[in-house]
Amino acid sequence: MTKEPRIIDFMGMRHYTSALSIIFVIISLGALAINGLKLGLDFTGGTQFELLFDKPADLNQVRTVLEEAELTSPVAVLFGSEQEVMIRTQDQMKVKAQEKLGIQVAALGAGAAFEAVERPAREMEGFADALVLANASAESLQQKNVFPADEYGRVEYQTREGKTVVLVENSIDSVYLQRLIADIEQATGSDIQLRSSEFVGPQIGDELRDQGGLGILVAFALVFLYVAVQFQWKFSVGAIIGLIHDVIVTVGFFAIFQWDFDLTVLAAILALIGYSINDTIVVYDRIRENFRVLRKMHPHEVINISITQTLGRTIMTSMSVFIVLFCLYFIAGETLQGFALALIIGIVAGTYSSVYVCSNITAALGITKEDLMPKPKEAEGAEGNEAP
Amino acid sequence: MLNRYPLWKYLLLLFFTVIGIVYSIPNLYAPDAAIQVSGDSSAKVIDAPVLTKMEAALKEANIEAFGGEVTAKTAMLRIKNAEQQMLARKVVQKALGDGYVVALNSASTTPAWLQSIGAAPLKLGLDLAGGVHFLLEVDTASAVAKRQEINADDMKDKLRKSKMRYASIVAQKDNQIIGRFRSAEARDAAISALRGDFPTLLFATPESQTAGEFLFTADFSEAGVREIEDYALSQNLVTLRNRVNELGVSEPMVQRQGRNRIIVQLAGIQDPAEAKRVIGKTANLEFRLGASPDTLVSNKEEFPYKDELMQMQRGNAALERQVIVTGDRVSNATSSFDPESNQPQVNITLDSLGGTHMHRVTRNNVGRQMGILFIEYKTRTQTVKNAEGHDVEKMTQYVERKVISLATIQSALGVQFRITGLDSPAEASELALLLRAGALAAPMHFVEERTIGPSLGAENIKNGVDATLWGFGLVVLFMLVSYRMFGVFANIALGVNLLLMITMLSMFGATLTLPGIAGIVLTIGMAVDANVLIHSRIREEIKNGASPQQAIYAGYERAFVTILDANLTTLIVGIILFAIGTGPIKGFAVTLIVGIITTLYASVTCSRALANLVYGRRKNLQKISI
Repeated sequence: MTKEPRIIDFMGMRHYTSALSIIFVIISLGALAINGLKLGLDFTGGTQFELLFDKPADLNQVRTVLEEAELTSPVAVLFGSEQEVMIRTQDQMKVKAQEKLGIQVAALGAGAAFEAVERPAREMEGFADALVLANASAESLQQKNVFPADEYGRVEYQTREGKTVVLVENSIDSVYLQRLIADIEQATGSDIQLRSSEFVGPQIGDELRDQGGLGILVAFALVFLYVAVQFQWKFSVGAIIGLIHDVIVTVGFFAIFQWDFDLTVLAAILALIGYSINDTIVVYDRIRENFRVLRKMHPHEVINISITQTLGRTIMTSMSVFIVLFCLYFIAGETLQGFALALIIGIVAGTYSSVYVCSNITAALGITKEDLMPKPKEAEGAEGNEAP
Repeated sequence: MLNRYPLWKYLLLLFFTVIGIVYSIPNLYAPDAAIQVSGDSSAKVIDAPVLTKMEAALKEANIEAFGGEVTAKTAMLRIKNAEQQMLARKVVQKALGDGYVVALNSASTTPAWLQSIGAAPLKLGLDLAGGVHFLLEVDTASAVAKRQEINADDMKDKLRKSKMRYASIVAQKDNQIIGRFRSAEARDAAISALRGDFPTLLFATPESQTAGEFLFTADFSEAGVREIEDYALSQNLVTLRNRVNELGVSEPMVQRQGRNRIIVQLAGIQDPAEAKRVIGKTANLEFRLGASPDTLVSNKEEFPYKDELMQMQRGNAALERQVIVTGDRVSNATSSFDPESNQPQVNITLDSLGGTHMHRVTRNNVGRQMGILFIEYKTRTQTVKNAEGHDVEKMTQYVERKVISLATIQSALGVQFRITGLDSPAEASELALLLRAGALAAPMHFVEERTIGPSLGAENIKNGVDATLWGFGLVVLFMLVSYRMFGVFANIALGVNLLLMITMLSMFGATLTLPGIAGIVLTIGMAVDANVLIHSRIREEIKNGASPQQAIYAGYERAFVTILDANLTTLIVGIILFAIGTGPIKGFAVTLIVGIITTLYASVTCSRALANLVYGRRKNLQKISI
């Protein structure tokens, strides 16, 4: 094989490129430490709903309503078009509804208090919630119209052990949400349609975080093993450091710009690991091949040649993946934008790390042609013992 | 020649492609909106007159319907204008009255010959079809605590019966039972007596803090806890499935997820509040004595059998009015085999109060019959006129009581007894399942709830399809510009790839979600990587002075190792995603995995076959277009 006419000296630049990578990683880690991630509903738990307005929505007015309702960290953003608004809060509507009812009931005076929400008894099926109230008679509740029928549907009053039990047909959380929407309608003077609503309990988020973290670690471990078996452990170390670099930088961007980090972004991060390792392996494959052919050369030269030879392919593939990612970002709708964004950033980082980081580290670990010579079985065993 | 494929290889490729086309055709046929009617019990006959009634009702309401179909248990009618589907449902429900469940459905328009070879369109996930999604968590901790209390009661019962002395046996808050004894001998004797009866408990004998007191502790083994969790889950799953059917959803999904969760997905339902009200309610049981010839008429009540066949053979069963115990007192029911006769049986465990009641009633009534009633609280929607003359929907509740077992009492029964004389193991497990469903269930609560409106679903489909087409088109253009003739090969291969992906997903019955579409689009972008690798190799070989034929050969041969290596690692990541993922992540993982498999086949084999076809036969090939 003759040499390529022009070999780019990637290894010569390694001090600068390493420094650049380290700076990026430090900035990302800093942003993660200071800003943290703006976690999506899947992770924080809470309520999220999408509203369709009949005219362009005034977000400020919507936000005012949300603040008046004293929701925890409410978010109101346009979602797709000027008429679509996505609202998110970390509150559970059920808890907010109870708070509000508590105030309403206490206003009745005479020590009236809202005590608990229960599930209606088996025979009272058809009612959504059973509300236990102390020191509040059915008459006073009806008189003050605490539970209007147009909101709660059928309402039935019972007494149990000296307490009033109010059975309502529409659950208190749905009534609360309807009232909130009505408030927004009034404030903005428009007609609103509820397009979708989501509620995620707080326990789900922790589990997802654990699962996601575990998934990334397992992916790293398996990739390490695969590369160690197919190539050599020095390559594994390079590949894994490259992957960690890509993941940190991508997540770092989400921290810096405070983009929503939701479940689809987590999926994108894991997909990124798959893509980035794909890229790295193509380079490694060429290095392995060239080490066997170009026996007399310095490892740095071999790496330079290999990266140069694969550079065309690296660029072409990144381009085609970029094309589809931009299609996703601009066409597939709001839901997948975070996903596409994470992969776009990740692929820039991944391509960079495949060229500048992974081989760099493999070289720094002192890769020699002996490491990659087709070797008899016992040599493989000795290799494993050398590993720290 | 280097680049020649034998004829059979071409035929095989062609065969796969044809299969791919045939099995992905159903996706081109958009389903019709339809309403489907079924009886609320399987005894209800659904026949042509029902269909005629439906058609007449719709005609009167000016709703255009067509393609009526009656199958064994359902009648289906297609609605021309999908927007009238909801209205049509109301009209038909009103016309048919009680006893019929009217569900929204989508009727396949796939031609019969395709259906007969099992070709079906992709199932759409909720984010594309619209509907509600619930995730319920079963409070297994309280189930475990309750079981431990029952165990403590049982232990006392056992020790008392075998005349062993104990100071106290209490179930602690941390689900540990502590038994206190006056002597070490008494304690050890108690442990050896109890151990056999409580195989899921681990007994230990710690030193006591107080002098003269001897302790044992009994904790659940990990397997024991799992068993209770499984039990609580299956109990709730059965009731949920029963309840969901009431909502009139054509293809409800009720599925276990992980150790203590249940997913419920109802396509087409728009009112989560109503759905929530109906599901999550439990059934109940009543144990009653069978009426004897001298039972007073005023004390007799007749009930139908739940099993249709039994009902036809025996007619209603007469039971006494008094209830011995209810489902709240049933702590366990399992099916097993009688160790002596090897006949199927159902073992029932009551709590201690239930056991006392049962014993008191049955000891004087040996030889009589005892029936078990399965009670469900159901809701039906009726349309009534209100004061102003408008139609309003009114929900009325009714109780349905059906006999699930009628057996002769052979001896005085206590906390534990069994029902024998069952015909088959299947019948035994069915009965145990119903008993469990009626027993006091571990409470469930909603931990996740998502509603997606139908318009949003349609928008998501449109966006997804648009993104796929644009992505495909632009990548095709990109490859064509970059590699000319070989770009054509790669593009045809990419088309086959996309086709096979859809085919495989359709054939496996995978559910397509928005993230799944993202997986498909991403695969389009990544699939051409294999061709890029091959083409760069070919260019390199030519640059190094190889003849075109050799270059093509070497390009495909040498790039393959790299392609395999690179895709296998991506496959590893895909499998991890699938294993840990739920919901959106899983949908993405499925398309990613399928995409890698089809890519390995299409990008390498198909494009090579095309290259061979075009260039392989030319002996004096001087130049190739790459």
